[in-house]
Amino acid sequence: MLRFILMRVLQALPVIFVVITATFFLVRSAPGGPFDQEKVVIPEVKKALEAQYRLDLPLHEQYFAYLGDLAQGDLGPSFKYPGRSVNEILFSGLPVTAELGLYALMIALIIGVTAGVVASLRPNTAQDYVPMSLAMIGICMPSFLLGPLLVLVFGIWLDWLPITGWGDIPGDKILPALTLGSAYAAYIARLSRAGMLEILSQDYIRTARAKGLPEWRVVTQHALRGGLIPVIAFLGPAFAGLLAGSFVVETIFQIPGLGRFYVQAAFNRDYTMILGTTVFLSSLIVFFNLVSDIIAAWLNPRLRHQLSGGGS
Amino acid sequence: MASAALLAITPHRIGAYVTFWLLLLLLAGCGGGESNVVTGNRDGVLHYGNGAEPQGLDPHVVTGVPENHIIRALFEGLAVKNPITLEPEPGVAERWEFSDEGRVITFHLNPDAKWSNGDQVTAGDYVWSWNRALHPMTGNEYSYMLFPVVNAEAYLKGQITDFSEVGVKALDDTTLEVTLNAPTPYFIQLMDHYSTFAVHPETLLQFGEMTDRYTPWTRVANIVSNGAFKLTEWSLNRRIIVEKSDLYWDRDNVSLNKVVFYPTENVVSEERMFRAEQLHYTQVAPLDKIPAYREMPDSPYVQAPYLGTYYYLINTQRPPVDDVRVRKALSMAVDRDKLVRTVLQETAVPAYSITPPDTLGYYPPKLFDYDPEQARALLAEAGYPNGEGWPGIEILYNTQEAHRKIAVAIQQMWKSELGIDVTISNQEWKVYLDAVSQIDFQVARRGWIGDYVDANNFLDMFITGGGNNNTHFADPVYDDLILYKAPKAATREERYALFTEAETMLMEQMPIIPLYTYTSKHLIHPSVEGMYANLMDSLNLKYVKLIPGRSLPEELR
Repeated sequence: MLRFILMRVLQALPVIFVVITATFFLVRSAPGGPFDQEKVVIPEVKKALEAQYRLDLPLHEQYFAYLGDLAQGDLGPSFKYPGRSVNEILFSGLPVTAELGLYALMIALIIGVTAGVVASLRPNTAQDYVPMSLAMIGICMPSFLLGPLLVLVFGIWLDWLPITGWGDIPGDKILPALTLGSAYAAYIARLSRAGMLEILSQDYIRTARAKGLPEWRVVTQHALRGGLIPVIAFLGPAFAGLLAGSFVVETIFQIPGLGRFYVQAAFNRDYTMILGTTVFLSSLIVFFNLVSDIIAAWLNPRLRHQLSGGGS
Repeated sequence: MASAALLAITPHRIGAYVTFWLLLLLLAGCGGGESNVVTGNRDGVLHYGNGAEPQGLDPHVVTGVPENHIIRALFEGLAVKNPITLEPEPGVAERWEFSDEGRVITFHLNPDAKWSNGDQVTAGDYVWSWNRALHPMTGNEYSYMLFPVVNAEAYLKGQITDFSEVGVKALDDTTLEVTLNAPTPYFIQLMDHYSTFAVHPETLLQFGEMTDRYTPWTRVANIVSNGAFKLTEWSLNRRIIVEKSDLYWDRDNVSLNKVVFYPTENVVSEERMFRAEQLHYTQVAPLDKIPAYREMPDSPYVQAPYLGTYYYLINTQRPPVDDVRVRKALSMAVDRDKLVRTVLQETAVPAYSITPPDTLGYYPPKLFDYDPEQARALLAEAGYPNGEGWPGIEILYNTQEAHRKIAVAIQQMWKSELGIDVTISNQEWKVYLDAVSQIDFQVARRGWIGDYVDANNFLDMFITGGGNNNTHFADPVYDDLILYKAPKAATREERYALFTEAETMLMEQMPIIPLYTYTSKHLIHPSVEGMYANLMDSLNLKYVKLIPGRSLPEELR
């Protein structure tokens, strides 16, 4: 098991290095720079700005200087927000985005697994079609549509819940979490239905039924663990995706998270910010993939046996 | 063994446990409460939609509009603008006088003007701050605001390095003498622009060099400012709170206790916050909702002309628009009234000149009109009768739905009136900026928002080689009018006559096609008083009052 984890970590490092290098040079090749504005900047001023941010050096020197800073954990100063470092901006937004992502994932799991399991118990009946059609709608419905719809219904017509903010007014976290979670709920519903269907046709389930276990115990004790493996495998990338993809929800609900910086950095040509967020998020994705691989291995008895020294 | 121990905590039990607590957290204290507006009206707290997170709060470093709103609450210039007339009135300087035919201004600073740490605001602070604002190392993008001052430009460009040669002197603690290159009627106005504000030298030096751009001196714990409000909270991308300052010289006239600025980037969310009474004031209003707002009795929607012009740049060296007759034909074939009525929902004013009307009493001449007959005649004269032989033309705009709609409308007008083919092309913002600065286009969309209320700010763009000219338009007579004749004019009338002359030259050569004058569009809660609509969309929070007990119109509840 340890060797398996170590191998995966070693594989991840070159991936992240390639991401850094590719991002660095791609961003620089885009036309326009961080100091280009609608009102033209006086050349002397622009030169002073570029000197303050090391942009006057040859590109390869900038690259190595950046790598040097990065090795010390310094992502550099933001171009767009003078006075703030990229580290500071990332760490101010991360807890919020992570909290939002976590709630969204919880909601996605509760709704998704319930719907998937319910659907799988009576395939090709109304009990299957209704939740699965809803899931299809959930996948198709973009959050920039669902968010405002939820706000309209629960925030404005019914006046039950606050419509913007994060931790300012009680209950203001519910609608954003629901909006962000629903698309993932739909995926999870489909994954858990498929997983459950496969497991429910296995011999050991027939055995469990044959020995007279009530159906709910068959499902919760025997089928679920195996049936949810595809869901678990999906959770790692899903969480990373939630962190990176919360931009729309954060904008709709005025949430001070990371997503807005991530997207705007590209428009602003905020070089250090683009690199910082990309490096950070790609590391997260790699990390969560690793974690979900480990959990999936732990859940799957066959694989676990192999990894703990039995096989290979 | 290890894996057996792990299995004792079964996965779904962990899941259920974690889920339970997280849900509890999420739902914690669910339930309604009083809205921001109700509590704000009671406690004197204004909830202000500010459009975006400010880049920063250092007056010599930042450049944007959201920054302007916050910085002008925290700091005060030598003079401020009257929010109704926009004429200057006392700020840090209680009075000023002109001598040497307007070339020398002596500012007398109010001895009661204090920094938020209790220090007096001195003339020496201004000399230090203007040195910082103009120092080549600072990289202040608005440094040109001080260029009317003797030697300021030379100092910024590194041609001189001794700041004492620049025309600003502290005669004593409360007397500041400024010497200008030429009489500059709008110079006092510039004292309300944040790039000319004073900062507290000792505070800045505590955190770095004078010219450093990114020290933490503007953070809540560190900042020292001299305005009606002081900074008490700055949560990135969440809110900024400023509180009334007890040391501000005119504190008795400040009604608000606090202002909360929200980075309301999403126009639609901002409008929803307004309807839910979470905001007193929105930075903009969503275009598609404006007609409905207009029809309400006692509508909270407030629209006013704004000191900005939306126009198309023309590359006067690229065929077929290198021919002035073609440029004129294109301009005359645009039905601006229709554009404003349909695409823009009456949220703009048709424009026939670069300077907006009533710019401090200056009205630009209207030299042409929508005239498809004459447009076709001009085009025929240029060799393209009914569009025959037309080589094609492209309109460039930066990717944004609003610009696309306008480009499509104009494309349609040119096609139907002149029979010519027009393509439209969009580019991402920075790519577009690059193309505009290289003049790599035939026709390109452009907007200009004035920095100060004076026609000069619009007309001096088109001097030969001007950084914002972007059209290859060059005319020595025009340059002479703007750079030498207008500044020397003895009276306002004489000066405005020279501007009219320049404006006429511009529209005769038509290097730009003016389309419309911008408007400011806000939703303002009925409980707010003292927010006056003006051409600069300039708000002085010192004059704002909140009256409890007033609510939004029925239609919005």
